[in-house]
Amino acid sequence: MGVNPDLPAAAKVAPIGPGPGQELVMNAVAQELNDKGFVLANVDKLVNWARTGSLWPMTFGLACCAVEMMHVGCARYDLDRFGVIFRPSPRASDLMIVAGTLTNKMAPAMRRVYDQMPEPRYVISMGSCANGGGYYYYSYAVVRGCDRVVPVDVYVPGCPPTAEALLYGIMQLKKKIRRTGTIAR
Amino acid sequence: MTQALQDLGEYISSTLSQDVLTTAVVKGELMLTVRPASVPKVLTFLRDDANCLFKLLMDLCGVDYPDREQRFEVVYNLLSLKHNQRIRVKTATAEDSPVPSVVGIFSSANWMEREVWDMYGVVFTDHPDLRRILTDYGFNGHAFRKDFPLSGYVELRYDDDQKRVVYEPVKLTQDFRNFDFMSPWEGMLPGDEKAGKV
Repeated sequence: MGVNPDLPAAAKVAPIGPGPGQELVMNAVAQELNDKGFVLANVDKLVNWARTGSLWPMTFGLACCAVEMMHVGCARYDLDRFGVIFRPSPRASDLMIVAGTLTNKMAPAMRRVYDQMPEPRYVISMGSCANGGGYYYYSYAVVRGCDRVVPVDVYVPGCPPTAEALLYGIMQLKKKIRRTGTIAR
Repeated sequence: MTQALQDLGEYISSTLSQDVLTTAVVKGELMLTVRPASVPKVLTFLRDDANCLFKLLMDLCGVDYPDREQRFEVVYNLLSLKHNQRIRVKTATAEDSPVPSVVGIFSSANWMEREVWDMYGVVFTDHPDLRRILTDYGFNGHAFRKDFPLSGYVELRYDDDQKRVVYEPVKLTQDFRNFDFMSPWEGMLPGDEKAGKV
């Protein structure tokens, strides 16, 4: 931000929690706005902040992992507080959580859903079956890893992964977007 | 209970002596074997006769016995709510000999017969819609046959040039591993047989 209030050095680097420090920054920003009428910020960071703050996943539960995905969405872990809201349509979402066994019969349908998602789009592969076939590696009916069909950003291991593990995966994806995301595509 | 089942079995085999090959009470459950051609007649009798009233077809499944000449068995499990009894009807068939469909008698048989067709390749005559139900569209072979390879014939990936999912002959990067699950506390481990000889 284009403001330079007198703050302790640590508060400038780390996200500022509620309290007098945050008060100070907010007041400074408000004063800047009143004084000059605009605030300066880094556009890339702003875009990444927007992207990471509203990751809307496609509801794509395929098997038992979907139950764990529901747990993350429910009250205890509460994905809503991360701005993650499940969408019923691929056209409204920018993240796809492949939660469960991807069968041969399902694969073309999943690719079609992925193709309908607007850029930038991300994929989280959740659980052993989606990561590499897992328990069904030798099966005649299962795709040996959903990365054979769509490009995957984050793999969450487990059978099924705990709700915390998926939450951690989503946070890792946010980290990845913050690190690599640009507006030029 | 066993006595009642035996009585019922004798009643059925005496009434349908032309169609029922054997009757037996196996592990407390009544079991009939019939010829494929008599399946509709026997099931209609079992459904409608006042002493039977097996109005529910609980399950219809296939079994593969590769050593037999008639390698497939089709098994019908029926339940009578009226008499609180269950019965199992079995029939044997070969790869090329069809079995009459029972969709006209029990409409629940529709999908179950499709499943048996999909998994074993048993043909049901007069089935209204005999398509595959579980496996992929255009799947090759019948997956539950004992001679079907575990990993099938094809695997699938997305082709970036053709922009679609393509099928290729299956190629496993990891060979099949057969684990020895023998318990080290109960069974013989490899090498144990030498220990006693000394």
